[in-house]
Amino acid sequence: MLSSWGQLPAAPARDERWWADRAAALPETGSTLLAYGNGRSYGDVCLNGGAMLLHTRGMDRFIAFDPASGVLRCEAGVLLSEILEVFVPLGWFLPVTPGTRYVTIGGAVANDVHGKNHHRAGSFGCHVRCLELLRSDGSRRLCSPQENSDWFAATIGGLGLTGLITWVEIELKPMAGSAIAVENARFNGLDEFFAINASAEAGHEYTVAWIDCLAATPRGILMAGDHAAPGEAGCPRAPSPLPLAPPRLPVSLINELSLRAFNQLYYHRRLPANSRMHYAPYFYPLDSIAHWNRLYGRRGFFQYQFVLPLAERAALTEILRDIAASGQGSFLAVLKTFGAVRSPGLLSFPMPGVTLALDFPNHGRATLALFDRLDAIVGAAGGRVYAAKDARMSGEFFRRSNPRLDEFTPYIDPKFSSDFARRVML
Amino acid sequence: MAMQRILIIGASSAIAEATARIWAARGAELFLVGRRADRLAVIAADLRVRGAASVGCHRLDATDIDGHAAMLDAAIVAMGGIDIALIAHGSLPDQKACEASVAMTLKEIDTNALSVIALATRLAELFEGQGSGMLAVIGSVAGDRGRQSNYIYGAAKGMIGIFLQGLRNRLARRNVQVLTIKPGFVATPMTAAFSKNALWARPEAIARGIVRAVDKKSDVVYLPGFWCAVMLLIRHIPERLFKRLAL
Ligand SMILES: Cc1cc2nc3c(=O)[nH]c(=O)nc-3n(C[C@H](O)[C@H](O)[C@H](O)COP(=O)(O)OP(=O)(O)OC[C@H]3O[C@@H](n4cnc5c(N)ncnc54)[C@H](O)[C@@H]3O)c2cc1C
Ligand SMILES: NC(=O)c1ccc[n+]([C@@H]2O[C@H](COP(=O)([O-])OP(=O)(O)OC[C@H]3O[C@@H](n4cnc5c(N)ncnc54)[C@H](OP(=O)(O)O)[C@@H]3O)[C@@H](O)[C@H]2O)c1
Repeated sequence: MLSSWGQLPAAPARDERWWADRAAALPETGSTLLAYGNGRSYGDVCLNGGAMLLHTRGMDRFIAFDPASGVLRCEAGVLLSEILEVFVPLGWFLPVTPGTRYVTIGGAVANDVHGKNHHRAGSFGCHVRCLELLRSDGSRRLCSPQENSDWFAATIGGLGLTGLITWVEIELKPMAGSAIAVENARFNGLDEFFAINASAEAGHEYTVAWIDCLAATPRGILMAGDHAAPGEAGCPRAPSPLPLAPPRLPVSLINELSLRAFNQLYYHRRLPANSRMHYAPYFYPLDSIAHWNRLYGRRGFFQYQFVLPLAERAALTEILRDIAASGQGSFLAVLKTFGAVRSPGLLSFPMPGVTLALDFPNHGRATLALFDRLDAIVGAAGGRVYAAKDARMSGEFFRRSNPRLDEFTPYIDPKFSSDFARRVML
Repeated sequence: MAMQRILIIGASSAIAEATARIWAARGAELFLVGRRADRLAVIAADLRVRGAASVGCHRLDATDIDGHAAMLDAAIVAMGGIDIALIAHGSLPDQKACEASVAMTLKEIDTNALSVIALATRLAELFEGQGSGMLAVIGSVAGDRGRQSNYIYGAAKGMIGIFLQGLRNRLARRNVQVLTIKPGFVATPMTAAFSKNALWARPEAIARGIVRAVDKKSDVVYLPGFWCAVMLLIRHIPERLFKRLAL
């Protein structure tokens, strides 16, 4: 049964179809449809309870590559990890990559994902040259910033609701090597974070910070990185993945005690100011543990990710205080600032500002009540919550924080729907 | 490793495509044969991006025996010769429907056995003449013993197993390798309707096993390997007992 990454209880789809042929017509069905990529969304944007899911991983063929320009066209079910496997040895890298490489390119477009270089490169959609959109009326549209640009804007970050993306063309970027030169810096308090982050962004292609959200004053580690030519010792190797995935557990291994211990150790570990590592542990620290989501047990977990305008730092302090006081909160809280490069999508999540992502074990009402309090702060500060991570925000909050929703709705395919759409858009 | 010139018959099969991707990444020259020209073109484009030195395509229904010679000529012209041939096409019969239809039974035997034997005969001749070559054919664990649920398919796979044994014996001193590949349960379009459990493998895993077996010049491989033990056991159940089992 297809599920999303948070493993929260959800109604199963009635029909799951393996989808391998980009030229095929959409299936005839009395119910609604939705594309399911690789299920790395945490909540319900990739779910369609009681109706049909098209599992697009079967559409995993490359179509064309131009070694002069780095322009790659491939089917929507190709994983970013497959692109890296083929093109890193040739000296090309993804223009933007999220924190896991096990997402499909269709999923990356539909959530308009962001990465550690947002301050320079913007979101994934900024690097999409064109795509093909298949609608339930059988029509196929080539969409790009020039052609059918309105459909393009609706489909980038369109949460799979505008139809099936059959293929995508992106521009890869040339890189010096598969090593990343990393500069680590500890910070204590948010003022210090914003100060060192500003200079890191000016000097480095990638920045990301881990913060300990249980500490009395937020503290953490900022990791700035740049592609680097392999050193004299050759390129550091990627760590091999753990041979076994954790089993499905009845209860969560992640609780306040284990979190405090982890955060304490993680913050105080030996930290070289400069290091050079393989790109995989820098960009994808969790990818070496298959199905780490199972550590949260049968009840599953939430991720809460929001963005606030930079001027609203006070709200960020307030949110962190609320989370610390709640004693909930997570292993890897990730803090990052977004730059001014505009996302092309009508519903794209990124806006200039600061974003924080945290995992929360599902403690039912207590967890949901905390999120509602956080929504109120985010909303008042003019921010929004990331749909790709969400399983619970109210429709009222989603609509208020996505002012272009009215422009978007005319492009929704009448046969496409999702649990998320039914929850917040109708 | 020397550059490899590889002919794949039934190239749109999930197992064959996954195998071709590994060979493409190594820079092999490939020649794809199958019934659907449009699918072959899509797969060929993918294999080119993945690093294949060249990819040719040829439309052929494998049961069209008269078309075999022209297909082989086309492959030789395109690649300048053939080092490895993988015969992968096959179909999983509807056993119940076959029991009620002689025509359908013979058609399945034709697809899964006779067409394969015809192709293997010509390839053996070619390889013997050039004094080198690897002929790899996908059989099945189903060919190791007849069972009521699947014996038409099993008989066809069993027939090619015996045929290849003889061929291997004949060509052993001619520097020609003959490999029989016996996959267990594999999750592919052929088996889309079955509910899956822990015994099922993914086509990518089978593909890695095929490439390894070709590299090692193996004779017979079960994929994944545990099927070797399972089938040993199944082959040794006395017939008197076996005939009463619901298999
Ligand atoms: C460990 C981890 C780290 C992450 N880090 C980040 C991060 O740093 N930045 C970030 O932005 N996100 C991040 N994410 C979220 C993830 O990148 C997104 O949820 C991504 O969209 C998942 O892609 P998927 O292929 O799994 O798609 P799914 O989750 O299966 O689907 C996502 C959406 O895409 C739609 N879709 C998929 N394929 C198609 C198609 N062919 N046509 C139309 N619609 C389609 C679906 O309908 C759904 O709405 C992270 C997730 C994990 C698990
Ligand atoms: N899946 C399993 O569990 C399993 C187990 C043991 C052995 N096998 C064997 O593995 C091989 C590959 O099968 P698969 O699992 O990868 O299934 P698959 O994806 O369904 O492939 C079957 C292929 O055979 C082709 N084919 C069928 N009849 C043909 C004909 N007359 N002429 C030309 N091509 C023909 C099909 O072509 P089209 O694309 O034109 O239909 C298709 O490409 C087969 O020999 C099968 O018997 C499979």
